[in-house]
Amino acid sequence: MARKTITGVLLDERAELSLTDLSRACSTSTEWVIELVHEGVLEPVGQQQTHWRFSGTSLKRARAARRLQHDLNINLAGVALALDLIDEIETMRERLRRFEINDET
Amino acid sequence: MDFKDYYKIMGVARDASQDEIKRAYRKLARKYHPDVSKEADAEALFKDLGEAYAVLKDPEKRAAYDQLGAGWKAGQDFQPPPDWDAGFEFSGGFAGADAPPYSDFFESLFGRGFTSAQRDGRQAGIHVHGEDHHAKVLIDLEDAYRGAARSISLRAPELDSTGHVSTRLRTLNVKIPKGVKQGQRIRLAGQGSPGIGKGQAGDLYLEIEFNPHSLYRVEGRDVYLELPVAPWEAALGATVKVPTPDGPVDLKIPKGTTRRRKLRLQKRGIPGEPPGDLYVELVITLPPAESDTARQLYQKMQQDLAYNPRSKLGV
Repeated sequence: MARKTITGVLLDERAELSLTDLSRACSTSTEWVIELVHEGVLEPVGQQQTHWRFSGTSLKRARAARRLQHDLNINLAGVALALDLIDEIETMRERLRRFEINDET
Repeated sequence: MDFKDYYKIMGVARDASQDEIKRAYRKLARKYHPDVSKEADAEALFKDLGEAYAVLKDPEKRAAYDQLGAGWKAGQDFQPPPDWDAGFEFSGGFAGADAPPYSDFFESLFGRGFTSAQRDGRQAGIHVHGEDHHAKVLIDLEDAYRGAARSISLRAPELDSTGHVSTRLRTLNVKIPKGVKQGQRIRLAGQGSPGIGKGQAGDLYLEIEFNPHSLYRVEGRDVYLELPVAPWEAALGATVKVPTPDGPVDLKIPKGTTRRRKLRLQKRGIPGEPPGDLYVELVITLPPAESDTARQLYQKMQQDLAYNPRSKLGV
C-alpha cells in the first residue's frame, strides 16, 4: 500500500507552541508549566498567558524538568538549579572545544 | 533470558536496609540520570537502576526476589522456577504512563500487570483530547544535509471494543527536513492517540537522533572529521581529496604542518541559519618500515635531520 508522506513542523528556537500544546506534550497540567515559567525555567514569548508561545528548546527543557522532578524527587527550585547548571556545563564544554581549536590552528 | 542482579546494580549488600537502598538509589539516580550524565550508556544504566529499585524498595517484591536465591549471577540464563511466587501478593500500579518498559526478566517475575491502569473514558458525554506521543527517529548525518523521507514504525497501545489493551503497529512516512540537528524535534499534528468523544487526536513528537557515523562526529551543526596525512604531505604541503557528507572536496594541507591540527571548512557543516562548519583534524601517520627501501629512508632521516622530538622535555 502506498503511503502518503507527512510533513511536520520542525521545532527550533522560534516559538511556536502554546501553553496547552506544551503541557500536553509533557503529559502535565498547564499549572505545572506556569510554575516553570514563574521559576524562570521557561521563557515564553508574549505578554499574557493566553498569548504565550514556547520554542522547541522550551519543550526539551520542560520534558527534562519533568523527568528530573519525577526521577530524582526534587522540587521545582531544585529542578531549575539543576537545569541551569547543566546548561552552564554545556556552554563551558563548547568554549573548551573552541579554545582547543584556536590553540591548534 | 538473563538473570539480573538487582543488588549488584544498586551496589548494596543483600542484607541492606530499606534506608540504605533508598540512599543508594538517590545517589545513583543523580549520577546516571540521562539528563545529567554524559556517559554513553547512562540511559541503559538508569533504566536498570529504576527496575532494581522498583523491586528492592517494595518489601513484598524484594522478599519474592530474595527467594530466588543468591546463587544466580548477573547475565546467567534464567527461567523462573514454577510457582516461584506462590504465597506472595503484589500490589501493582507503580509505573506511570511515561515510564520505560521493564526488562523481560522483570516481567517474567512480576508480570505485565503493573503497567499503568488504562483510563476508561468511553462514558457518554466525555470528550478528552488524545495523548501526545514521543518517539525517537534515527537518521544518517547525510539525511540532515539533504533532507530525507523516513518510514517509522510505532507501537501504539489501543483500547479495543471489549476494553482490552492491545498494541498496534503503525507505520508512518515522515519527511525529515534538511538542516535538522541532533535532539531537535518535529511535531506531527494529530498523529498521537485518537481523542475520546469529540476530543481531538494528540500530536506526535519525533526527536531526531543521528546514527553513529564511521567517519564524522557531530556537535550541533558542526561536523568533525579525522584526516590521516602522510609526513611529506604535512611537511611540504599538498592538495588532497577529503570526504564530506555532501561529497568529496579538495583540501589544501598547509606546508610546515608538524603535528595534529584542525582546519575549518566554513559552512560545510549541517546546513541552516547559520550553517555549521566542517572541522578537518589532520593526523600525521607514518609509513611502516617493512621494506628495505623504507628502512633506508628512515635511517637516512635519522642521520641527516638531527631531529629531537623531546628537546623541550629537558632530558
